[in-house]
Amino acid sequence: MPVQVTLPTALMALFPDCERHPSVAAASVGEMVDALDARWPGMRDRLCDSTPRIRRHVNIFVGGERATLETPLAPGEAVLVMTAISGG
Amino acid sequence: MKDRVLLLLGTKKGAFILQSDTARHSWSLRGPFCECWPINHVIADAATGTIWGGGGNEWFGPAVWKSTDLGESWTHSSDGLAYASGETPIKSVWSLAPREGRLYAGVEPAGLFASDDAGHSWQQIAGLRAHPTRPKWQPGGAGLILHSIVAHPDDEKKLWVAISAAGVFYTEDGGQTWEPRNSGTRCDFLPESERYPEFGQCVHCLVMAPGRPDRLYQQNHCGMYRSEDGGRSWQSIEAGLPSSFGFPAVAHPRDPSTLYLLPLNGDIAGRYVPEGRAAVWRTRDGGTEWQALREGLPQQNAFFGVLRQAMAADRLEPAGIYAGTNTGTLYASADEGESWSCIAEHLPPIFSVETLLV
Repeated sequence: MPVQVTLPTALMALFPDCERHPSVAAASVGEMVDALDARWPGMRDRLCDSTPRIRRHVNIFVGGERATLETPLAPGEAVLVMTAISGG
Repeated sequence: MKDRVLLLLGTKKGAFILQSDTARHSWSLRGPFCECWPINHVIADAATGTIWGGGGNEWFGPAVWKSTDLGESWTHSSDGLAYASGETPIKSVWSLAPREGRLYAGVEPAGLFASDDAGHSWQQIAGLRAHPTRPKWQPGGAGLILHSIVAHPDDEKKLWVAISAAGVFYTEDGGQTWEPRNSGTRCDFLPESERYPEFGQCVHCLVMAPGRPDRLYQQNHCGMYRSEDGGRSWQSIEAGLPSSFGFPAVAHPRDPSTLYLLPLNGDIAGRYVPEGRAAVWRTRDGGTEWQALREGLPQQNAFFGVLRQAMAADRLEPAGIYAGTNTGTLYASADEGESWSCIAEHLPPIFSVETLLV
């Protein structure tokens, strides 16, 4: 059962054909990012840096907790991608 | 027949484009573009009209934006614009330069990338960061940034780059090997006995004289300089200027002896125009004598600066000169700097200005 992702509107503006609530097959946050990048090439670079890790001002929540790329995802899990406080 | 002038602006909150006919009396403004990302440099390929904007966003990282319809629509990419895993990630794209089908990008932390497919994908010119001096490169106030890319007009393998604060580096084998070219430029921030090192200079801007590839000019954190030998040696040209500090340098589009600078009052004195009176300074003889150009620029209570990529010239006759301030005002001269007018204000801090004739 795929995981249910919610993407931030600021990210959608960078990928005009992307969906706000995509469903992807993934057993971890890292696999979820890979799946999103496969559907919308370049999305990995927006969510993760080359360390590799989730960008400092992007938060990915799983079960209400901030996740890392290694965080496992259960079938059907809801994953919330949000922009953090930043800018100037 | 080219009948329009476009000014391409990179700002703290997106790219903007101003447009005029070639009389350059009346300008219209479009933007912000690039989703209001901080855009450090916007350039165009004069041959194709393609526009690129390089920058970095606090949330989503570095990218190069691209428009093939003069700014009406934009896409972005950072495919390949990355260091190896474990290295400090790229924060932002700082400088762009096209050369006959190849596009170069300088980034922070300092490195050089190239794209052979018009900015869709990128490959690192790895020889630069493999230089044995690299572990000792120190960041300047804006970070460890590669901010100037100067390509030789006749030899695609020859390239100069400027890094703050590592200095000028030169390659003549397409980027495989590099040598520092900083002899004669000083480091006032080092002990007196160490002021002329091989590398480590805080170069602020590097430009080439038109038609004379061996003549380079640079605005440095510590002085203004000219080289007649491709950067092997540098001579100070700061005598006659109000300070030794500033950011931009602009070569005239046709005259190799005409250069424009915008000196500021000093590195720890506020970094605004001296005495709060704005002037662009011009030499017609390669830096021996300087003339302050003030007509139309504010002559009291001006506390702005102009950043390293925020001054430019167009290729019309007479040449237009443009200076965008870090307080969001754009000044223009349609007569080679003799007189100036404000053509845009209340913009975000202006990071870069370039021109395009269409």
